[in-house]
Amino acid sequence: MKIHKYDTVIVGAGGAGMRAAIESTKRSRTAVLTKLYPTRSHTGAAQGGMAAALANVEEDNWEWHTFDTVKGGDYLVDQDAAEILAKEAIDSVLDLEKMGLPFNRTPDGTIDQRRFGGHSRNHGEAPVRRSCYAADRTGHMILQTLYQNCVKEGVEFFNEFYVLDQLITEEDGVKKSAGVVAYELATGEIHVFQAKAVIYASGGCGKFFKVTSNAHTLTGDGQAAVYRRGLPLEDMEFFQFHPTGIWRMGILLTEGARGEGGILRNKDGERFMEKYAPVMKDLASRDVVSRSIYTEIREGRGCGPEGDHVYLDLTHLPPEQLDAKLPDITEFARTYLGIEPYTDPIPIQPTAHYAMGGIPTNVEGEVLADNTTVVPGLYAAGEVACVSVHGANRLGTNSLLDINVFGRRAGIAAAEYSQKADYVDLPENPAQFVIDQVERLRTSTGTERVATLRKELQETMDANVMVFRTEQTIKTAVEKIAELRERYKNVSIQDKGKRFNTDLLEAIELGNLLDLAEVMAVSALARKESRGGHYREDYPNRDDVNFMRHTMAYREVGDDGTESVRLDYKPVVQTRYQPMERKY
Amino acid sequence: MATPVLDKVEAESAASPYITVTFRIRRFNPEVSAEATWEDFQLEIDPKERVLDGLHKIKWELDGTLTFRRSCAHGICGSDAMRINGKNRLACKTLIKDINPEKPITVEPIKGLTVLKDLVVDMEPFFQAYRDVMPFLITKDTNEPTRERLQSAEDRERFDDTTKCILCAACTSSCPVFWNDGQYFGPAAIVNAHRFIFDSRDEAGEQRLEILNDKDGVWRCRTTFNCTDACPRGIEVTKAIAEVKKALITRRF
Ligand SMILES: Cc1cc2nc3c(=O)[nH]c(=O)nc-3n(C[C@H](O)[C@H](O)[C@H](O)COP(=O)(O)OP(=O)(O)OC[C@H]3O[C@@H](n4cnc5c(N)ncnc54)[C@H](O)[C@@H]3O)c2cc1C
Ligand code: SF4
Ligand code: FES
Repeated sequence: MKIHKYDTVIVGAGGAGMRAAIESTKRSRTAVLTKLYPTRSHTGAAQGGMAAALANVEEDNWEWHTFDTVKGGDYLVDQDAAEILAKEAIDSVLDLEKMGLPFNRTPDGTIDQRRFGGHSRNHGEAPVRRSCYAADRTGHMILQTLYQNCVKEGVEFFNEFYVLDQLITEEDGVKKSAGVVAYELATGEIHVFQAKAVIYASGGCGKFFKVTSNAHTLTGDGQAAVYRRGLPLEDMEFFQFHPTGIWRMGILLTEGARGEGGILRNKDGERFMEKYAPVMKDLASRDVVSRSIYTEIREGRGCGPEGDHVYLDLTHLPPEQLDAKLPDITEFARTYLGIEPYTDPIPIQPTAHYAMGGIPTNVEGEVLADNTTVVPGLYAAGEVACVSVHGANRLGTNSLLDINVFGRRAGIAAAEYSQKADYVDLPENPAQFVIDQVERLRTSTGTERVATLRKELQETMDANVMVFRTEQTIKTAVEKIAELRERYKNVSIQDKGKRFNTDLLEAIELGNLLDLAEVMAVSALARKESRGGHYREDYPNRDDVNFMRHTMAYREVGDDGTESVRLDYKPVVQTRYQPMERKY
Repeated sequence: MATPVLDKVEAESAASPYITVTFRIRRFNPEVSAEATWEDFQLEIDPKERVLDGLHKIKWELDGTLTFRRSCAHGICGSDAMRINGKNRLACKTLIKDINPEKPITVEPIKGLTVLKDLVVDMEPFFQAYRDVMPFLITKDTNEPTRERLQSAEDRERFDDTTKCILCAACTSSCPVFWNDGQYFGPAAIVNAHRFIFDSRDEAGEQRLEILNDKDGVWRCRTTFNCTDACPRGIEVTKAIAEVKKALITRRF
């Protein structure tokens, strides 16, 4: 075991982690621990764009953007945070341009902008061009540009280091962050990082679903680590299902495809979104479009022999436009489906995409221990966090924005804190939890296999807590997850070695997914209303009287060692906008 | 030799899509043996699946010790460049049906970088070469505009191709010059230098050209086109290298 000491430790090197690192490295001695090489992070998969009311191509302003964000989130958004997001969007895009990001340009040479779902002029009048983009690889360009600037700033990375535990020490009755424990993939060695400030930027947890746009490595390790240490997770029942995943594979086809004029059609060739969202049509917000697709499928208007998908039709768009604006996703259709998008429509279905919930923070990125108390020295930003700017449903292009705005804020806040704070003592035997976890798995003679349990988990999540939910389906999922958690105790792995033991890490990642799936299902069961990404067929309406509040889930351990999820609630911050019915 | 067999499993469409495929994988684990060996695995798999799906099937159902890197599974993160049937490709962007599955499919680590375990190689020298070309925008800080810098669509287009690079190392590890001498910067580093040299906003082109004028720089390139063939992002790597060579001669870029 090795012990390291840094002012600031950042967990994750996606967009949020590297944006934080650029700020924090300038101000404090910083280490970035990342389970992937930075440029492998899933921010690189983002396609469509990053929202900012630059008004380069048409009239726009940050207030309209704030409104769209609040409305898109079905009013569960904390409006003070949304306002910061929309205001700071402009500088954060300009910052990226100055760092070298090659945005697409207008004929005037300014940053070009395009339409995206849910973004409108003047509070819903008509779609607006707000998304700044670099072809359909905006996330790739953000990730590359941030990594380039990390190289420039000399950011210190520990690549292929898996953070597996959060260290917390109580001082004068206050829980404080003392550091993290990491496992080095190459050697199997365990490292304790003592740090004055820790920032989680470890991304999402979409791998508990089967059909998902998320990478194999998005297993919610950060959320699980803090949850296990008694800190809450906020709004975990809200997960976004993106309307256009490649049929059965889940690979994303950006909403930018519809922004460029693409149309969804059912088996009769009908442009069905006109029925569900007369104004915004195919560009209504994602939860609305995903439900409309499944309604078409359920009512027998789906495509294919099994009627289990619909089409994304780009055939009316000029090939030059597809080549210039959507080169990557048209290539995905060719590579993975053998389909030529110039001439044939692409089979799609909704795909599990984005976790709106996560580790609760305030607008400085400080992690909350309950509805109001900050955990000194602990920060989170990006998809792992819940500020909450996305509420019940995130608007497209608002996440690349979120990681830049709140990554930067968390980086600055953490570094400033670590410059004035003292180290907190490490708990006794700080690495014990990880040592035990690794040893238990390495020596287990159990009969359960990781892949089997993961598959069963993914199947139950897809079947029971996806686009449509009911009390019955969620209960089925809760029971199944409980069974899987029990069976997980009996899991064993084949690779007993120390070097690059990915077998071991997949087992640990599965444990994290199981914990988070339970939190998600239990939170969803208790929310007896429909709002944004959480749609209950048995409670189809939004219920502001009882549920205009954030869910806060805590892990409880009984005297006999039994674990359960305890739910509490937190008020929503409302400033300018009163809840209204959401129409597109 | 394995031949494709149509399975009789009930499938939704008329015939089952599954065939039997042999994966012949180069295995190496220094914890077990100093020698690398070939190992065969037989799978029933839908040929429309990716080579990566096949590797996962082996790892998840047959042999958990099989080790490889992967993340995104759709050709965007650059984790899983490997030598598949003797050519560098991304396992997640290669469909089984496209690589002659009637014969055993060979899978080896990419060449020229130290193998650490099975298909995992040491990427550090590769990233070091990348860092050495100063892969970041350099401008004279004097008068930063308050808004974005302007760039015409044509100027933006000038370096579009080389912005697509995902640092997968397929090109560099397919280059015979690099195999013989690991000191050579390699195509990927030159591609990333190109991305800045031809960016109208960048002001350090001369410096970068000097770096590449080095004895281990662009002049080592023998124009074998292996890199261009290998690039999963379709970047015209050899052309980019040629443009850098030309810029070195004319000092115009
Ligand atoms: C296909 C796709 C397309 C998208 N398109 C858009 C779009 O057009 N616009 C938009 O706004 N949003 C988009 N999104 C959403 C957005 O891309 C993501 O939400 C965002 O990039 C997440 O960034 P992040 O930095 O929080 O996490 P990530 O980029 O996922 O990075 C997570 C980091 O954490 C590290 N990590 C994880 N676990 C550990 C651990 N245990 N120890 C150490 N390190 C760890 C990983 O190595 C990685 O570096 C898209 C998402 C997907 C999946
Ligand atoms: S140029 Fe192509 S092959 Fe080479 S590292 Fe970049 S993406 Fe990979
Ligand atoms: S797994 Fe990401 S490129 Fe293949």
